[in-house]
Amino acid sequence: MSAENQIERHTLSVLVDNEAGVLARVIGLFSGRGYNIDSLTVAEVDDQEHMSRITIVTLGTPPMIEQIKAQLGRLVPVHRVVDLTVECESVERELALVKVAGKGDARVEALRMSEAFRARVVDATPDSFVFEITGNTEKIDAFIGLMKPLGLREVSRTGAAAISRGPEAM
Amino acid sequence: MDKQLNGAQIVLQSLQDHGVEHIFGYPGGAVLPIYDEIFQQESIEHILVRHEQGATHAAEGYARSTGKCGVVLVTSGPGATNAVTGLTDALMDSIPMVCITGQVPTHLIGGDAFQEADTVGITRPCTKHNYLVKDINDLARIMHEAFQVATTGRPGPVVVDIPKDIQFALGPYMKPKAVKHKSYQPQLKGDMAAIKQAVELIANAKKPIFYTGGGIINSGPQASQLLREFVKLTGFPITSTLMGLGSYPSADKQWLGMLGMHGTYEANWAMHDCDVMINIGARFDDRITGTLDKFAPNSKKIHVDIDPSSINKNVMVDVAIVGDCAHVLEDMLRVYKSDAVTPDKKALASWWEEIEGWRDRKCLAYKKDAKAIKPQYAVERLYELTKDADTYITTEVGQHQMWAAQYYRFEDPNRWMTSGGLGTMGYGIPAAVGVQVAHPKSLVIDIAGEASVQMTMQEISTAVQYRLPIKIFILNNEYMGMVRQWQELLHGGRYSSSYSEALPDFVKLAEAYGATGIRAETAAELDDAIKRMIDTPGPVIFDCIVTKDENCFPMIPSGAAHNEMLLADSEGLDIEVSDAGKALV
Ligand SMILES: Cc1ncc(C[n+]2csc(CCOP(=O)(O)OP(=O)(O)O)c2C)c(N)n1
Ligand SMILES: [Mg+2]
Repeated sequence: MSAENQIERHTLSVLVDNEAGVLARVIGLFSGRGYNIDSLTVAEVDDQEHMSRITIVTLGTPPMIEQIKAQLGRLVPVHRVVDLTVECESVERELALVKVAGKGDARVEALRMSEAFRARVVDATPDSFVFEITGNTEKIDAFIGLMKPLGLREVSRTGAAAISRGPEAM
Repeated sequence: MDKQLNGAQIVLQSLQDHGVEHIFGYPGGAVLPIYDEIFQQESIEHILVRHEQGATHAAEGYARSTGKCGVVLVTSGPGATNAVTGLTDALMDSIPMVCITGQVPTHLIGGDAFQEADTVGITRPCTKHNYLVKDINDLARIMHEAFQVATTGRPGPVVVDIPKDIQFALGPYMKPKAVKHKSYQPQLKGDMAAIKQAVELIANAKKPIFYTGGGIINSGPQASQLLREFVKLTGFPITSTLMGLGSYPSADKQWLGMLGMHGTYEANWAMHDCDVMINIGARFDDRITGTLDKFAPNSKKIHVDIDPSSINKNVMVDVAIVGDCAHVLEDMLRVYKSDAVTPDKKALASWWEEIEGWRDRKCLAYKKDAKAIKPQYAVERLYELTKDADTYITTEVGQHQMWAAQYYRFEDPNRWMTSGGLGTMGYGIPAAVGVQVAHPKSLVIDIAGEASVQMTMQEISTAVQYRLPIKIFILNNEYMGMVRQWQELLHGGRYSSSYSEALPDFVKLAEAYGATGIRAETAAELDDAIKRMIDTPGPVIFDCIVTKDENCFPMIPSGAAHNEMLLADSEGLDIEVSDAGKALV
């Protein structure tokens, strides 16, 4: 397979006007044109200018990713689109809340693991924990994988938030 | 302090400030305040259509024939949903349009109120942008923005959805200023480095071709002028898409005719064999390229487009220039002249020799019939008898549309209105209404099919009401001919639901509407009948009875390449279409 049609995972950062319907435009673009959304995170990041930042993790071949960028750029309320995977060095973090129920050895092991992963206990009952963990997607995947045999009950994840390294802003 | 107006007045004032003279619309409960304002002023004329789809296509015809923005006004719910086809059509063909829709009052939104529809939700994917006005203080700005977005960059339709309470509310009005939109700033000038690279490719081309499209028309008459100059200067052959017809004069010998699925033999072969392709304002649509892996396999490609997302979407190109056609052509010409480029005369001569060989194939030749009217003949005669008049042509969708593109000849831009991207049957009559509103003295003809016209036939009533002397020239083959052709080629001649059963008597129908009906059934009477049509002062429905089983050639069957065209005299029709090809539309 040539690089042209190799499926890659890219993180796009999209700066938009925080106006009604803007998220629907972005999501509709992805579903309407058959693009993938692996995760999507959005919140207002500038309350003076009413701007939101949408972080989208998507899968596609390099030409597809270029096309996604161009299509996003075409939306009227979109200010900028940056492909953090290729255009700069970046850091990416995700937050997950992970509920694990169990007793005895499993419970002890879950707590020990959470310390190794620097997860925090944000809720505890005699037979359950809710861990809060942040990290990149692989780290969170790994933690959840380890919790499975230890009584994993449910997971809530935010999807990735990402930003470029260094002093420049997008 | 700004002047305070109510919402309906703000709408009218902004339309006036954007130079709007005509709007196409249909009233209803949710737009009554705006209609009341229309009633009380005189600078804007409202054209009452018979169906909201008609309003949108009329606005498209108006826009395409003038270069101005088409304006539509419809009510909430069904008014808005009826407009969806025309909005999508305008989006696909990049037609500037502002469509104002009424909405139920703000406090009722979301409650399934009478005639409530989520108009911005429904029209989000079929507009360039849309707005729901929730605050009267935003209305003036949104109206101005709507016109800016619709008419600049790659043009397209914009919906402004205005709840009824906002139409009554008082708010400020400020004039449209050259406000710089925060995020929307289309690029007009092309990158000079890329332009220089393009000129270098052009300078060294041995088998070049210009492939142009609707972008030239959208860019304005100046783009056509610059294109003509550039093509003349280079001596290169030129072809164009369906949407680009008229940007280069068809009478010129460098013109190869339209390319694509029903394009000419010479245009498609030249595309296939070219070494440098200069795409200006076209988008490598599938009707043009045929199967992508066999598309112009030995060529370097230059692509000029104002929409960055058109670049490398379907076809990877070697030099991409994002910008407006006229701006880029101007710069290209300047570089070309200042570099004192001289094309490779020898290579070009032998390229033209090859092209003349393809031209000699006379791909548009067809068997004449002494008695019956062949559809190609009908368009040829229509052309001969109207070419010296100030004529505008619209079409419906089907075989007749392709015959119009092949046999009617265009010398100037903005004279040809057709639904290219969406292929909307029913486009032609309302589009003709819009064109005629903009050009009351001109000869406006819809080259139509008997099936298509029945989709928006009611707009003939609009034409009668406003004394718009449009001519509906129906190539009546009693079939959805294009469907029948595909069934003949791909489905064993099983003509499933493609016969036009129970047709109305079009002459009587015309008379019922208060228009004139004319019928021609033999080749002998055709010329006189066409002359009568032209001389009739009011709207005419012309029922031109043509041979029923004619196929539209040349044709690139789906899944095939440019050099695998079928011609009218190809041996039989037992073509091999791959299963993959059959699955294409
Ligand atoms: C609204 C719509 N519905 C269906 C089609 C599919 N379609 C394409 S051409 C055609 C037949 C058109 O028949 P007619 O208007 O008689 O034109 P002809 O091909 O016979 O010239 C049909 C049904 C379409 N293009 N548009
Ligand atoms: Mg027909």
